[in-house]
Amino acid sequence: MTSYQTFSNGEELLSICREEHIPISEAAVRAELSREEMDRTGVLNEMRINLEVMRESIRVGLEEQQISITGLMGEDADKLMAFSENTVMGREMARIVASAMAVTEVNASMGRIVAAPTAGASGILPAVLIQYGDAHDLDEDQLIAGLCNAGAIGMIIARNASIAGASGGCQAETGSAAAMAASALTELRGGTPEMCLHAAAIALKNVMGLVCDPVAGLVECPCIKRNAIGAANAVLCSDMVMAGIESIIPFDEVVIAMRNVGRMINPDLRETARGGIASTPTAQRIAEKIRHVEG
Amino acid sequence: MSISIFDIIGPRMIGPSSSHTAGAVRIGQVANRLVNGRVQAARVTLYGSFAETGRGHGTDTAIVAGILGVNPDQGTIRYAKLLAKEADVDIPVLFSDEEPEHPNTARVYVRGEDGKEYTYIGTSIGGGRIRVTSINGMDVSFSGEYPTLIAFHQDAPGIISKVTSILALEKINVAFMKVFRSERRQGACMVIETDTPVDEATRIRIVNNVDGITEACTL
Repeated sequence: MTSYQTFSNGEELLSICREEHIPISEAAVRAELSREEMDRTGVLNEMRINLEVMRESIRVGLEEQQISITGLMGEDADKLMAFSENTVMGREMARIVASAMAVTEVNASMGRIVAAPTAGASGILPAVLIQYGDAHDLDEDQLIAGLCNAGAIGMIIARNASIAGASGGCQAETGSAAAMAASALTELRGGTPEMCLHAAAIALKNVMGLVCDPVAGLVECPCIKRNAIGAANAVLCSDMVMAGIESIIPFDEVVIAMRNVGRMINPDLRETARGGIASTPTAQRIAEKIRHVEG
Repeated sequence: MSISIFDIIGPRMIGPSSSHTAGAVRIGQVANRLVNGRVQAARVTLYGSFAETGRGHGTDTAIVAGILGVNPDQGTIRYAKLLAKEADVDIPVLFSDEEPEHPNTARVYVRGEDGKEYTYIGTSIGGGRIRVTSINGMDVSFSGEYPTLIAFHQDAPGIISKVTSILALEKINVAFMKVFRSERRQGACMVIETDTPVDEATRIRIVNNVDGITEACTL
């Protein structure tokens, strides 16, 4: 077996891509092969199963009625989907955003999802890739490459900052997912590895400092709508980059800044449900009510 | 250790939370694996964050699903209470406001068809992984990720080597092993995590042939 290089930050990833003349998705596959746990077929098959489960989670979220465990959420994705022709953002963006909400609703109602990078931010990546892929006739292999590209970005963020709301706030969850999706979408549209990192950097900058403040500590409010804005963030950043816009601050520096901001965020605003939206009177009432449902 | 791409794109799981849902299923599964055959009765108490946010995360449903043998990635988790009714087992779930040592803690009582009873404490330690910290009053520590032999015995020399030699004869490789003892009862407990399961015949041989073993169970 050829021994492959791995990477720990964006600069290393770019230099592998330049030296080997490969896209980020291929560099990600090779990094996984360098762990010597799976062969190429195994890696691609595992990703194919993830893609299938993601596709199914969108279908279930849009076609079947979802009722979250608390009954707070469940049909917002359907409402936006039905309104997609009338939106200012346009049909394609509306379908992507509605799909992101659909997957998060499935997650909230104990359905099957793929964490990407977490369960709370699981709607963004599948929505962006699969809806874009369907609208532009991409085949499965291209979407799998998209997932691998996104994986590379997530690996760099996880290694140098965090992807957990409890340690980095929502910027680390839906921010990371948006950065991953922005980069993946850019590769699928023919963008260079450099452009992918610009898109990821802009997506992270757009939500720098976003707190994790779930009502009653549950992955419902505001998480489902934060997945919506995360998907929109990803699409917007990819569009900007495809138009020739660059991130003034390099990706690696943005990741470190995000890590530092995460450390500065008060623990009340990191998944503890003590601050932010979770501390509002309405949220407190909802939390109290949930504590008293049955049994 | 380098991170895998499947730590980022994955795992495939039943939502909403790896610690409060997937981990809860795994804690419940310990009960299912401890009893021989069907679960006849069970009772669950949730503590800490499990008690506070468990209802909204489906922790109560998830743990019942696990007790009934459902896996963390199976869509049937949410119907656990129906499954319990169908199986004619009543599994009450209580929410305690007692402060546990670990925020995500559950105490589970289970009884099998053979009348054997177990009470254990399981904690969900993140990413769907768990740790059992107590069984039948004895402090222990194991993950449930491997086939596990739990043998209660007198605190006396020679017992451990007799047990491991029976495992060796059966070509069962030991992955991890720990011995715990309680000063109060002068009793001890060995927890042996193995690569292949310890079958019922081997378990019975250990109980019958090793002096000082008071009881042994497997999962």
